[in-house]
Amino acid sequence: MAAVMRFVKRSCFGSRMGLQCLSLSRSAAVAKLVQDGASAGKTLPERVKIVEVGPRDGLQNEKTVVPSEVKIHLIDMLSEAGLSVIEATSFVSPKWVPQMADQVEVMMGIHRRPGVSYPVLTPNLKGFLAAVNAGAAEVAIFGAASELFSKKNINCSVDESLQRFEVVTKAAKEAGVPVRGYVSCVLGCPYEGKVSPDKVAQVAKRLYSMGCYEISLGDTIGVGTPGGMTEMLQAVSREVPVNALAVHCHDTYGQALANILIALQMGISVVDSSVAGLGGCPYAQGASGNVATEDVVYMLHGLGIQTGVDLPKLMDAGAFICRSLNKKTSSKVAQVTCKL
Amino acid sequence: MGNFPTTVKHCLSYEELIQDYPWLARWLQEEKLALTHEYPEYVKIVEVGPRDGLQNEKEMVPTGVKIQLIDMLSETGLPVIEATSFVSSKWVPQMADHTEVLQAIHRSSHVRYPVLTPNMHGFQDAVAAGATEVAVFGSASETFSRKNINCSIDESILRFEEVICTAKQRQIPVRGYVSCALGCPYEGPIESTKVAEVVKRLYELGCYEVSLGDTIGVGTPGSMAKMLHSVKKEVPSSALAVHCHDTYGQALANILTALQMGICTVDSSVAGLGGCPYAQGASGNVSTEDVLYMLHGMGIKTGVDLSKVIEAGDFICKALNRKTNSKVAQARGDNSMHCRMKKINT
Repeated sequence: MAAVMRFVKRSCFGSRMGLQCLSLSRSAAVAKLVQDGASAGKTLPERVKIVEVGPRDGLQNEKTVVPSEVKIHLIDMLSEAGLSVIEATSFVSPKWVPQMADQVEVMMGIHRRPGVSYPVLTPNLKGFLAAVNAGAAEVAIFGAASELFSKKNINCSVDESLQRFEVVTKAAKEAGVPVRGYVSCVLGCPYEGKVSPDKVAQVAKRLYSMGCYEISLGDTIGVGTPGGMTEMLQAVSREVPVNALAVHCHDTYGQALANILIALQMGISVVDSSVAGLGGCPYAQGASGNVATEDVVYMLHGLGIQTGVDLPKLMDAGAFICRSLNKKTSSKVAQVTCKL
Repeated sequence: MGNFPTTVKHCLSYEELIQDYPWLARWLQEEKLALTHEYPEYVKIVEVGPRDGLQNEKEMVPTGVKIQLIDMLSETGLPVIEATSFVSSKWVPQMADHTEVLQAIHRSSHVRYPVLTPNMHGFQDAVAAGATEVAVFGSASETFSRKNINCSIDESILRFEEVICTAKQRQIPVRGYVSCALGCPYEGPIESTKVAEVVKRLYELGCYEVSLGDTIGVGTPGSMAKMLHSVKKEVPSSALAVHCHDTYGQALANILTALQMGICTVDSSVAGLGGCPYAQGASGNVSTEDVLYMLHGMGIKTGVDLSKVIEAGDFICKALNRKTNSKVAQARGDNSMHCRMKKINT
């Protein structure tokens, strides 16, 4: 409306208000609205929420099993770094994911900073109940946009997995526990190859409809580029509001920050990342996986976008966990030590 | 809508517009979400690995290896390969074999082989060795200029003027570089207007293209956009290139920003050769492989065969006994499932 009025004021003040003016005004009004709509797409969010997945997604994909005290200390350091969401652990069977066997101990051992959320993964009702019992106040469920990936990863079809999750979201609703949804393979699958953006949109829509407050779209094998990211987000945002979406980019092909930038330009304001880039790619030995939180924060701050994160403290947490794992950080920002 | 007559309000109301132009609502929603940027259809890659890359590698590389690397790169479809540098071997021992390299490489008719020429002496040696394109290196930072080439920006440009004039007479194209375009290791942030001033001077002197270097990789899409905005006021986008370092992991995001602002020439280095001399252990040049992967994934043509670049990268890394800096090359390594996933993006 404001756009229309701006044009009307410019063209009609000081001239006669005739029919000619009106008809010109209408087509010009359309043009102005179109122009305003176009320029709106280039605005970046003022604030971006970082969802720190290092302690769960990161450590889960590290070969070395990390002692519980180290996990707890890492999470505590991350809490002090200003992160508002830290994925703490996963209530999956320790038979499948030994790294997360100490889920209850970690949950109960961390110092929960006020204002910080500590979601945990709960693949099924059993996991959900165990999580709530251990004090979880937010949970997450993981769907896939690829049938083959779903079968290989959790041994059931996408539909079957969504039915399983519906049981969890229902129970969570009754318990007043928010649920975050994840969709993997949104830009490609290690088994199927290309994944249709419409399929991603369908799965995201179902998770959102069953009560997930936010859907994180995961480029699981990091094959996505800004082209594919754009197409996928266009499809998904037709079904789920943009402010309920997040991106979870892997840096396996070095594309993560470019993909995140595109997502921000398209209105996304929640980004998942992992301190020190913890968590390699299970499909490519030696290749990287999660994008490093330090590198994401560096870019966001450079863009003038607020995150609430204290980068030096974050880097301290990254240095700590790398020492414990006896490995080099995957964060480029952390690797820089100026010798001037 | 204030004091307008009802009929006017009716005609100009959004609801009324929507009735007559039903596509408008959906279009506005889609446009908000859609990428409104236009990307170039084609991006020219300037491969700087053999010169900028190797110059910043600690290991001395035998001449035969340099020649083989350049020959392999010539077969990939790369249109420009920076071959060597005619600087004093006292300062840059890695480039001491400049004449031998330039004379021994197999020059493909589809490829240009610019060489660095910091002064008239270097230019004359380059021409004598058969160079058909040269490059000069300026800086947007006074301190960097003094520390790097021992003179002020003004003095360096006077030096280049002589080279460019002579090159023009001989019809040898000259490419200009401006370092520290997004930050200086000594001065910190650099004013974008200062960058624009230096770029403009090089362009007006006769450089056909000026490459804007984020020498220490500190730039982000924010500072890249600001800098390009200033520079584009003075020099057309078609005469600009970006030379991004990946020291802070920002290179691809910065390159994407540059493409969105109409730049269509990108410098990069095979296997990400060339660390950062100002930050021990940190990376430097962005990897050609990673840049190509992004461009091809976006449907942008480059004429370059990514798998052949990966092979060339593999070759030079074995010769240097080091790991590649390219994430694409790492992902497509041996025994990787990613080898079988080429159908998603080549």
